[in-house]
Amino acid sequence: MQIALIDYGAGNLTSVRKGVAAAGAELVTPSRPDELARCAGMVVPGVGHFAATSSVHQAWRSAIVARVEAGVPLLGICLGMQWLFEGSAEAPDVPGLGLLEGRCLRIEAERPLKVPHVGWNSLSVIRADGILDGVDDGTHVYFTHSYAAPLTRDCSASVIHGQAFAAVVQRDHVAGVQFHPEKSGAAGVRILRNFIGMTRG
Amino acid sequence: MLAKRLIACLDVRNGGVVKGVNFEGLRDAGDPVELARRYNADGIDELVILDVTATIEERQALAATITAVSRELFIPLTVGGGIGSAGDAAAAIDAGADKVSLNTAALADPPLVTRLARIYGSQAVVVAIDARREGGGWTVMARSGQSATARDAVEWAREAEALGAGEILLTSIDRDGTRAGFDCELTASVAGSLSIPVIASGGAGTFDHFVEVFTTGQADAALAASVFHFSEHAVDELKTHLAGHGISVRR
Repeated sequence: MQIALIDYGAGNLTSVRKGVAAAGAELVTPSRPDELARCAGMVVPGVGHFAATSSVHQAWRSAIVARVEAGVPLLGICLGMQWLFEGSAEAPDVPGLGLLEGRCLRIEAERPLKVPHVGWNSLSVIRADGILDGVDDGTHVYFTHSYAAPLTRDCSASVIHGQAFAAVVQRDHVAGVQFHPEKSGAAGVRILRNFIGMTRG
Repeated sequence: MLAKRLIACLDVRNGGVVKGVNFEGLRDAGDPVELARRYNADGIDELVILDVTATIEERQALAATITAVSRELFIPLTVGGGIGSAGDAAAAIDAGADKVSLNTAALADPPLVTRLARIYGSQAVVVAIDARREGGGWTVMARSGQSATARDAVEWAREAEALGAGEILLTSIDRDGTRAGFDCELTASVAGSLSIPVIASGGAGTFDHFVEVFTTGQADAALAASVFHFSEHAVDELKTHLAGHGISVRR
């Protein structure tokens, strides 16, 4: 079965495509929302500004939510993870998908720490199963972002940069990673493989 | 805690690495894919492919190199050297680069930085600054360090950040190739003025030079080429050395 990569025009999908392919999945980029019905999983990538998610039209939002309700796994990467929440201070008027409770806020960090948070930082693993199966506490993964999701009961791993925030979230078959698994070496490929495993039940 | 990054630079011409590499057991010392694989296994945090070519034919070979390297390496990959336009940036990114590095093109056309940041996000846009010590400050050099501009390096770095650059790759022309150590004063002056990360380059010769640039130099990352060629496990040995000095590294 295929995994759908949701392309809403925000940034470069080449790396995500290669990463998911290396993890063993067949990726498709549907051009119409109804094509999601043929997919066993959905990946929402994304870099850049939260407002970019507003280019995901209502028909797509409805189709994605309907597939999630039907039990199809969803993985949000970076901005795609933030989009799973209710919204973000980066674009207060743009609603998130609202699958998870909470709003994303700008990272509060003082010098010498910098914002954006760019580089390899270590995960504090809270739940070492599901999307994080086989990923050790303290594993470094590659981040690049200025806004972050709150620590809620859905948080599977946190990270500290000035403050603690969510690095990995998962509720049932809805998962998100703030970092870039496609740029995070072997641990990142493992996480993508775990997601592909979820799509195969 | 955010790790300090070690970045290996591959100078590539016509699909091959041009700087001398002497790893034992490397099938083809000039093969960038083989070298990238070796660095990756040794724990390098990022790679920069620097295009040192001049012709269109060679540029096409570069795209094939980027694709080949990015297909099997899942760490950030930056391409620089020949990015003169939005079209060049698109070609590099389509081939598999995560970031593009602009130098002379950013000086000649500063709005290009903003345009690329809007298309790909700031995290994909690196502004490379070649700086030469002059008087009490540092002057920005263009055209691979060949011609001086009227710009001050610290001011240009601030401007690049305001234009939308996500990182600054800062090379000391005075130290480049000397192995006398990074220009930590330059790095600290720029890093202390910005909110975006600064990658220090030029002058790496010993492991202690990296300790200095990450402490007194306040660099977020350090880029080198030849120092990683000293031994087969130079990256791993360097990380052990840095960790021994209390510097956070990715293991």
